[in-house]
Amino acid sequence: MPDYSWPPKAKRKVMGRRMDRLDGPEKASGRAKYSSDVQRPGMLYAAILTSPHAHARVTSLDTAEAERSPGVTAVEVVSGPGTEIQWAGTEIVAVAAATEDQARDALRKIKVQYEVLPHFVKDEDLNKAGSRARAAGEQVTGDPDQAFKQADVVHEGYYGIPVITHCTLESHGGIMEWQGDQVAHWASTQALTGIRSDISTSLKVPVGNVTVHQDHMGGGFGSKFAADRWGVAAAQLSKKSGGRPVRVFLDRATELQIGGVRPSAYAKVRLAARKDGTILGWESQSWASGGVGGGGRPPIPYVYTNIPNQRQTHQAVSINAQGARAWRAPNHQQACYITQAAMDDLAAKLNMDPLELFKKNADVTARAAVYRQQLDKAAELIEWKKRWHPRGQSGPGTVKRGLGLAVHTWGGAGHASQCRCNIHADGSVEVELASQDIGTGTRTIIAQTAAETLGLPVGAIKVKIGDTAFPPSGTSGGSTTVGGVSSSTRKATMNALAKLFESVADSIGAPAEQLEAVEGRIQVKGAPAKGLAWKAACQKLGVKTITEMGENNPKQPGGLNTGGVGGAQIADVSVDTETGLVTINKIVAVQDCGLIINPKTAESQCYGGMIMAGVCGALFEERVMDEQTGRVLNADMEFYKLAGIGDIGQLVVHLNMEPEHDQRGVVGLGEPPSIATITAIANAVTNAIGVRVTNVPLTPARVLAALEGRTA
Amino acid sequence: MNQPKEPGDPKRLRSGFSRRGFIRGVGIGSGALGGAVLHEEALAEPPAAAAGVAGPGAVSITLQVNGKPQALNVEPRVTLLDALRNHLNLTGAKKVCDRGTCGACTVIMAGKVVYACNVLAIDAQGKNIQTIESLSTGSRLHPVEAAFVRHDAQQCGYCTPGFVMAAKNFLDKNPNPTMQQIEHGLSGNLCRCGTYVGMRQAVLEASKAMKGGPRA
Repeated sequence: MPDYSWPPKAKRKVMGRRMDRLDGPEKASGRAKYSSDVQRPGMLYAAILTSPHAHARVTSLDTAEAERSPGVTAVEVVSGPGTEIQWAGTEIVAVAAATEDQARDALRKIKVQYEVLPHFVKDEDLNKAGSRARAAGEQVTGDPDQAFKQADVVHEGYYGIPVITHCTLESHGGIMEWQGDQVAHWASTQALTGIRSDISTSLKVPVGNVTVHQDHMGGGFGSKFAADRWGVAAAQLSKKSGGRPVRVFLDRATELQIGGVRPSAYAKVRLAARKDGTILGWESQSWASGGVGGGGRPPIPYVYTNIPNQRQTHQAVSINAQGARAWRAPNHQQACYITQAAMDDLAAKLNMDPLELFKKNADVTARAAVYRQQLDKAAELIEWKKRWHPRGQSGPGTVKRGLGLAVHTWGGAGHASQCRCNIHADGSVEVELASQDIGTGTRTIIAQTAAETLGLPVGAIKVKIGDTAFPPSGTSGGSTTVGGVSSSTRKATMNALAKLFESVADSIGAPAEQLEAVEGRIQVKGAPAKGLAWKAACQKLGVKTITEMGENNPKQPGGLNTGGVGGAQIADVSVDTETGLVTINKIVAVQDCGLIINPKTAESQCYGGMIMAGVCGALFEERVMDEQTGRVLNADMEFYKLAGIGDIGQLVVHLNMEPEHDQRGVVGLGEPPSIATITAIANAVTNAIGVRVTNVPLTPARVLAALEGRTA
Repeated sequence: MNQPKEPGDPKRLRSGFSRRGFIRGVGIGSGALGGAVLHEEALAEPPAAAAGVAGPGAVSITLQVNGKPQALNVEPRVTLLDALRNHLNLTGAKKVCDRGTCGACTVIMAGKVVYACNVLAIDAQGKNIQTIESLSTGSRLHPVEAAFVRHDAQQCGYCTPGFVMAAKNFLDKNPNPTMQQIEHGLSGNLCRCGTYVGMRQAVLEASKAMKGGPRA
């Protein structure tokens, strides 16, 4: 078996280079065709009637008038009479028509009668949850009672982090074309290969009869893995319309109601510690809701998992709202906030610098040395020693400034992936994977990996992804893509190269195993003059094309990829105590992520995580449910707030690129940098104003309420 | 800068109201979120023009898009965004919020950036409409686009065309911007992936590249 291991860092020519993403020009010029931009011949538009009630039973349904409505070709009932609706926004009927407006006109002609049932949509107040709260049982480690008895200091606190949505800019949906026994799907998905199976199962069509296409996709963040009910309905509408393609994309209001959410988490926490800051015990009563199924138990205590004495209870609260989907680093932001806001409060109670407390207790984490180094580096980057002050001692004036920190962890090993490499006699090279670039730069790192292996410039590699005609590759979730596709690409290209060496060995006059591919040449190791230019070498293939496979098996990554990283972040904020407005001055992130194929897109992942999950989650995002109607109050982008370009402050990213990190192989970076930011910002606000704002997002109303000692 | 002349304005059909005004008028489902303020704003909208009534069936209109007249047959309720995307296959402008909040559908109309989801196609007649498709030719990118690529100011890229158009128009009018002005100038657009760091640098760099050079 060839030695697939990565070339040593010093010898890499393409991997490790700061490369512009390959699809950048297409996207920036508006030429990139997302599936929502695709127009198939004869394409119909679908619209979906949804339930206005959070909890109801459909008692009768009349679609006759809609079926006769102008332009309508088919009607598909999703929730027929007798169906119990568990959240507002549930799909009732889908209609296909020649135009989107005609489809919507037809929806207004559908008569639905509901038996409205009592709903429950507010998850924060556990006392009101009653039978909707389901206990998950008590977990005890060590002797927590003894630990709290022996403690010099006990901190008690309450922390809450709400449900937020994915709010992907390209909405959820796609195009379905079901002709005869063949189904074609133009998708907006994080799982090209996975959604093919899902469609096959849902429509009972053999998987080999399903093709999925996707050149670009406009954001998923964990919410786009399945065909979903709207996709299945579109397929049925296509079939009923004689196989004409049907385009379905949720409108924004529906997307925000049913397109995916991150679960909430709330907890009462007690921490026991010695005077010197050593944490002895953890107690938490937590509850969370991801929707009607409850769910969303945060892994607490987070990072500091090995606190010796612990007692935990958790309750899953069922509310009449859509079920949770994976949201970039599922449950980690919540766990980080609950754990490390409490640790920050403990440090204040001990009159201790939180940087010291976090470092002191690093021994109960899985990677003490990494966190100590990262915390020191982050502190250096933000000038912690010079600028940190004890809680609330920001000085005179109404605008207070503060620093706050947090640490995080994530797995991120490579997923299962197969890659095919074709080397043609004209010298062209293709690498093919049924993978997807969800905006992370996957195309680019595949090209860099292939180019590195074959000794070619990146431009010589044609990366073919986004089509199930190519070999299957894993789902882009959990930061697993970069490890998976880089490893399978490495193997496929090495296997193909070995065949090329065999084909040209005689012509060059050296055994195949003595050949190497360097800077566009196939040459003899140690005797570079002896060899052939790449193109001349490939010409020797005659009518042949070399086609070789490579596979990443997650159980045997062979040193090419691995998982398990740490990161530390520190935020510097200003808080106007008269208006309650929080301003981000600066956030620094120190991140460990193994071997980095493209530092430019790697940094973008960090910036993105810090902004979309961090600044947005800390200051803006919250799904607001209306107790009276049971509906989402802010199902639009005016009131479901995201950070704008002026809201983010200065962001600094420091990637750990020391040899010991590089030697670990490739590790995914999507989730890690998205975790600690919320907590760092919340701790900074507390440091600035001297009181804890218990619930994020830290809206002006909540900040002012905390300053006045009332609940917002 | 040479602003192209507006095409002639014959007696064309007009809707008489703006879509945003209509949305304000009906308020938002919840009613609780500042409904009173919105209602007052709606009242402040100009009264319907005394033009002939168009629709509800499809009507023939002509749009001046990227320097060329385009004849379409659309219902008066069709937005400029849907006309561009569904009738002219100009899909650079994206439909995201569909309510004039996020800027993903930004185009330049009569020299100003507009949210194409908030303009009815019928009301866009007689005005020069510039979409992102007109900015680059072949592999030659507009300086704003090139800077977005170089500074990795895009991830999923769905907000990017809107930001590029907003940035282009902003820089046409503000050739020497400060970072604060850039942030203000692009505050009408939203990105979900979190690409603002690269974007700020890209727009600053593009402002330098565009100075004295040819403008699209």
